[in-house]
Amino acid sequence: MAIHPQTESKIITREPVINDFAFSVATKNGSGSQTSNNVLVRSLFRMGIPVNGKNLFPSNIKGLPTWYTIRASKEGYTARKAVTEIVVAYNDATATEDVSNLPPGGVCITTDKIAKVIKQRDDISYYEIPVTKLMRQTKVPSAFRKLVENMTYVGAVAQLFDIPLELIYQVLLDNFKGREKPARMNHDIVELAYHWTAENIVKTDPYRFENMDGTRGKIMMTGNEAGALGAVFGGVNVVAWYPITPSTSFVDGVIAYRHLRQNDAKENTIAIVQAEDELAAAGIVVGAGWAGGRSLTSTSGPGISLMSEFAGLAYFAEIPAVFWNITRMGPSTGLPTRTSQGDLLFTHFLGHGDGRQICLMPGDLKEAFEFGWKSFDIAEALQTPVFVISDLDLGMNNWLSDPFDYPDQPINRGKVLNADELQAFIAEHGKWGRYMDVDGDGIPYRTVPGTNHRFAGYFTRGTGHDEMATYSERSDDWIENMTRLRRKMDTARDLLPHPIVEAESDADIGIITFGTNDEAIREARDWLTNDGIKTNYLRIRALPMAAAVTDFIDQHKSVFVIENNFDGQLTQLIRLEHPENISHVRSLALGDGLPMTPTWIYENLKEQEG
Amino acid sequence: MPPRTNHLGLSRNEYKGSPSTLCPGCGHDSISNQLISMAYELGLEQHKIIKVSGIGCSSKTPAYFLGGSHGFNALHGRMPSVVTGALLANTELECIAVSGDGDSGSIGMGQFKHVIRRNVPFIYIIENNGVYGLTKGQFSATADEGQFLKYYGTNHMPPIDLALEAVIAGATFVARSFSGDAKQVQTLLQAAVCHNGTAVLDIISPCVTFNNAETSTKSYPYGKDHEIPLHEIQILAPDYVDAKEEIEIDDYDAGDTIDVEMHDGSFIRLKKLDNDHDPRNKRMALDVLERSMREQIFSTGLIYYEEPRPTLPETEELVETPLAQLEEAELRPSEAALDGLMQSLMAN
Repeated sequence: MAIHPQTESKIITREPVINDFAFSVATKNGSGSQTSNNVLVRSLFRMGIPVNGKNLFPSNIKGLPTWYTIRASKEGYTARKAVTEIVVAYNDATATEDVSNLPPGGVCITTDKIAKVIKQRDDISYYEIPVTKLMRQTKVPSAFRKLVENMTYVGAVAQLFDIPLELIYQVLLDNFKGREKPARMNHDIVELAYHWTAENIVKTDPYRFENMDGTRGKIMMTGNEAGALGAVFGGVNVVAWYPITPSTSFVDGVIAYRHLRQNDAKENTIAIVQAEDELAAAGIVVGAGWAGGRSLTSTSGPGISLMSEFAGLAYFAEIPAVFWNITRMGPSTGLPTRTSQGDLLFTHFLGHGDGRQICLMPGDLKEAFEFGWKSFDIAEALQTPVFVISDLDLGMNNWLSDPFDYPDQPINRGKVLNADELQAFIAEHGKWGRYMDVDGDGIPYRTVPGTNHRFAGYFTRGTGHDEMATYSERSDDWIENMTRLRRKMDTARDLLPHPIVEAESDADIGIITFGTNDEAIREARDWLTNDGIKTNYLRIRALPMAAAVTDFIDQHKSVFVIENNFDGQLTQLIRLEHPENISHVRSLALGDGLPMTPTWIYENLKEQEG
Repeated sequence: MPPRTNHLGLSRNEYKGSPSTLCPGCGHDSISNQLISMAYELGLEQHKIIKVSGIGCSSKTPAYFLGGSHGFNALHGRMPSVVTGALLANTELECIAVSGDGDSGSIGMGQFKHVIRRNVPFIYIIENNGVYGLTKGQFSATADEGQFLKYYGTNHMPPIDLALEAVIAGATFVARSFSGDAKQVQTLLQAAVCHNGTAVLDIISPCVTFNNAETSTKSYPYGKDHEIPLHEIQILAPDYVDAKEEIEIDDYDAGDTIDVEMHDGSFIRLKKLDNDHDPRNKRMALDVLERSMREQIFSTGLIYYEEPRPTLPETEELVETPLAQLEEAELRPSEAALDGLMQSLMAN
């Protein structure tokens, strides 16, 4: 019953494939598969195999189809693979499609409940796990059975592809924070399925895991956790937020790591407020930034929409605050649990009237941590909001990374005058005005409430003001202020994280991107190199753009801008910033709700390049 | 002759702000004046005070008092969130916030209710005139049902009573007053300063340009004729007057007065007039407000007061030093802490 007899001869002759294939686990949402999948990913990680885990989940609590893809790559590629060789087909609603997506020679692990798929193809291996029968044999209380049922595929996978049982137990223990009872209960199922598989299934596929040394010294976590940890090291002290997928786990991360900052009395140095909406969350962080706090909010597109009025106020009144946009698919409610880079233009231009916002775009876990702390220094140095544009893929999925580097710069509070410094400023310049640009970099000096000096107080407003912060409707005051704000943005270009450039070859083709497409592009470039097509690469990490982008465009005969959205927003921005000589800049934009794959990049770039 | 000064050696003039740009005779200017007097009389330190407002005529006023304080004229209806953030960042600050009936009763109703629910400790003044002034005379949500205004015709909607909303939202200090009753405004402001929690003052403050006909309950003529104070109020604040002495010379019958001890040790003494209102009784407070709205009775005074529940900064269990003043050593964990965490996350 375990093998489809017609396929046996075809498959058994193949060469072994070790540590270089991908799984897709198809289950029903809310069925407890998250633990099973996490256990598989963590087990491979601990076997030393470079691995990623990406959750492609529906906007639903329970019942709708959900997929989790796990990719092992001995070469260390961790982008999503376009095709997975193995499917764990545990959801009858999608099983037929899941099986048809397999490549020839693929593997389907399924259950006795979904027998219909067994005869669907003759060029893949089928392994059928009698889940109903196995679950009847367990001592698990019936109330928990549904929740641990998915552990049967963990056991089957472990047996079929060689994951040690003992390791799985260790990972389960970690998963349950050392509590033996739930770990044991889950492991009993794993063991049962493991032994049943050993005794009843003849393996006909070539895929196998082996211990290797590819993850030594590396860590695994989600981008939201990394960003939150960065914020804790960046001195965040006021957090306001409103729950929204996929950003919710960011603030969970701040809560989880804030103990690193607690004193002996367990008193908090971070105030965390769950606001009534994103609008109030924005108001709280703007109020806190104005009063000298290091404030942060985390949200996604719909929340960013509500924050736009405060974003404009903070830009114009020059108030530091950090906003994370864990981007999901819009417009509107869109695909709320799918990844996207579709808020780039909206976030950069957030707020009505003239002006643009500072944006940081982390491309991996290390940068999520780095921008997590650095965003506060930038916000305070420039006295302006900073938007960190991450996405669901980085935010919610498990990424492999080198450990994070401790901040290499002390905390920078920017140009804040205390009472003595204010006195000295007045002595030097004859007066102090909140928006006086005495340094010529567009950045004025500010005081914060509580400063004990009779001239420290000033009036902050979103209305027109002169350099003394006095209300003004004069055209010359307005233009002078806007000119200074533009000067400040020019100062920002040098101060912000510079693009990462890989341009060692004499390639004619340049690739530009931002954010999480990095891994897929790295792999696609290797494939292109194998085909004899050389490429150079630039990844933008901040807006407004650095001058290096212009140079890069000028240095290549053909430039491809790769991004995970429908409109080609970075391409549009490049055309706006660099209007001359850009007929050779082409957009490779795909917004399908899924993390970018190297296959799509490779095929489309080759096709367009001709 | 040198000007009279307070215990900080400051004259009243030093508590003023820029000249008002509101219409001459505006009720809001009268409230600004009382704020100046209150701060002067109590000898408040301006650098410890922040003034925050939303948008509208009322929200312009923080520019017109306490020029030595930091002020923030924020967004329409969003003052409460800005106050929340500022007071979390620096718990040593005191906040006087000014809003209007459009700002709190319409666009900002959500923030109004939620800031009270969180019990952010600040003075929340609503300068309530029943009309949108800056856009030239539309009804606000507090306008009387059946009222006629040139801009709109007749208002067919029942009013929202912001004092009632405040009590229901969980406010621990709710007062109503009339900007034409300078003495009561002043006293209630002093009482609000002593309170630890959101102190809501719904002050009827006539718009002389768009809503001052005597048929309007938000007008000067109506207020002067119809205001019914619930009690006479006196502040016995140990910090500012010799409270004990005041209490000893008390000549009221015990049954006629209510002494409410405030957070800072001072007392509010309420002398009953011809009613039995006890602001410590929530049912009475709700009843007074509901009846006032239904029968258009202009009752003023301290409507509701309860022992303060924990404020938002208190429930956050923060360190004593204001967050805005923390140094790097407190804000950034050590390199060892990061290394330890990284080690614990490694595969092998």
